[in-house]
Amino acid sequence: MQLFDIIGPVMVGPSSSHTAGAVKIGYVARKLLGEPVKSAEILLYGSFDATGKGHGTDRALVAGLMGMNPDDARIPDSLKLACDQGIEIKFGSISLKEAHPNSVLLKLEGENRRLEIVGESLGGSIINIASIDGLSANFSGDYPTLIVHNNDQPGHVAEVTSMLSHKSVNIASMQLYREHRGGNAVMVLECDQEIPEQAIQWLKHLEGVEKVTYYSLNKEEKER
Amino acid sequence: MSYKALAEIIGEADKEGKLFWEIILDEDCRESGTSKEESFRKMLYMYTAMKEADSNYDASARSASGMAGGDGKLLEEYRKQKNRLIGNFLTKVMEKAVKMGESNACMKRIVAAPTAGSCGVIPAVLITYEEEKKVSQDKIVEALYVAGGIGEVLAESAAISGAKGGCQAEIGSASAMAAGAIAYLEGGDNETIAHAAALALKNMLGLTCDPVGGLVEVPCIKRNVSGAVNAIISSQMAIAGIRSKIPPDEVIDSMRRIGSLLPECLRETGKEGLAITPTALGKLKFNDL
Ligand code: SF4
Repeated sequence: MQLFDIIGPVMVGPSSSHTAGAVKIGYVARKLLGEPVKSAEILLYGSFDATGKGHGTDRALVAGLMGMNPDDARIPDSLKLACDQGIEIKFGSISLKEAHPNSVLLKLEGENRRLEIVGESLGGSIINIASIDGLSANFSGDYPTLIVHNNDQPGHVAEVTSMLSHKSVNIASMQLYREHRGGNAVMVLECDQEIPEQAIQWLKHLEGVEKVTYYSLNKEEKER
Repeated sequence: MSYKALAEIIGEADKEGKLFWEIILDEDCRESGTSKEESFRKMLYMYTAMKEADSNYDASARSASGMAGGDGKLLEEYRKQKNRLIGNFLTKVMEKAVKMGESNACMKRIVAAPTAGSCGVIPAVLITYEEEKKVSQDKIVEALYVAGGIGEVLAESAAISGAKGGCQAEIGSASAMAAGAIAYLEGGDNETIAHAAALALKNMLGLTCDPVGGLVEVPCIKRNVSGAVNAIISSQMAIAGIRSKIPPDEVIDSMRRIGSLLPECLRETGKEGLAITPTALGKLKFNDL
């Protein structure tokens, strides 16, 4: 554990897993959507569902979806703020298979895009994004992360990794998932450096690449 | 790599001819690739955030469950009374610990140290120290490095979450960290710092995590008071020259073993202890949580 995980983080209470972690899940989801959320269906599972209300998990998730960080003093008022901004929010419960006890399924819609993710709060304020659009993924939101949805064809992994090496971006971890051979596949790459914007644009235009999502640690949105 | 034992930190300090806090500062710079100035600034930011949280206390705020809020104000009023049994310093520490715990329960901004549930212990002690002893803010920041170093060892070699080690790992850890910090502020050497932490932790061994409704409110908020006051008495014993008969790192290892022996129902699940008393269950039904 790092020093500032012990003295810190600065966060809105009461719980690092049920509040701060929930904000982070919402925040990462918002960034992955790549545009402001217009409507969100928030389905809580396990302990998020059972004790979420008392921990403000609902407000925390919505705050994150609005782009707030875990230390944002407006978190307790997020439901009202979302309502004022015309963001449609629906809450519900869900039973997820083999999910972490603190999990949520978020179904998001923006102006042009949709996104479905399962986020898990692992304790401390550490989170894991367990799936994106129904395909497995596993990343923490602590690194710049590139997510590429593509057709399961030879060559895509090489294209992505050689592009990154060309841009001097070091890969911290890499995972590959697919529905079935030749079907939809997803690559999740956590990187040590930020990926330049043009490189992401370049990827988007590759044949067989369906969707490129980039999660940047920069506060400013990298939207496409 | 974090240090796994207090003895390692002290050994390094002796070798380098540096103070305890400087060793932790150096380690942070190595780990996160930052400069000393940046690290120090970040720690100062944490302390400033603690002070802000303390002064922003809202006595009218209540938690979502309705169980928490307003007690900090009672202590604030009590502190104004003459003929109190205990002095101003200790009463103030108690007041600030309750206030921070309540602010956390009421969704205010706090600094987890080491956790949100135990966020009142360290600031209660350090802010009071700065206010009452008129030391410089930089000195308090140095003390926060001492606290952080102790916390890192606890996290590496035992636990700092109620889910893993019970409340001894949360309030107990916070108390040990705060005890070391005060020992440093009071001029204790590295050995004294370690023993202050050990004495504090020993008093907290076995403390279970049994929060009502699984919420960070009852008993958490008031445990912050006991953690803070325990830190002070432990540091004072150490400054007076008292040593823990069990060496500090062995105390930490005991905490780890006890934590792993605690049944799950006493580790933040809200399934035993205070959490299942008739009153606790009644309250929750009442609030429909
Ligand atoms: S009782 Fe449990 S939740 Fe409350 S402060 Fe202690 S460890 Fe944290």
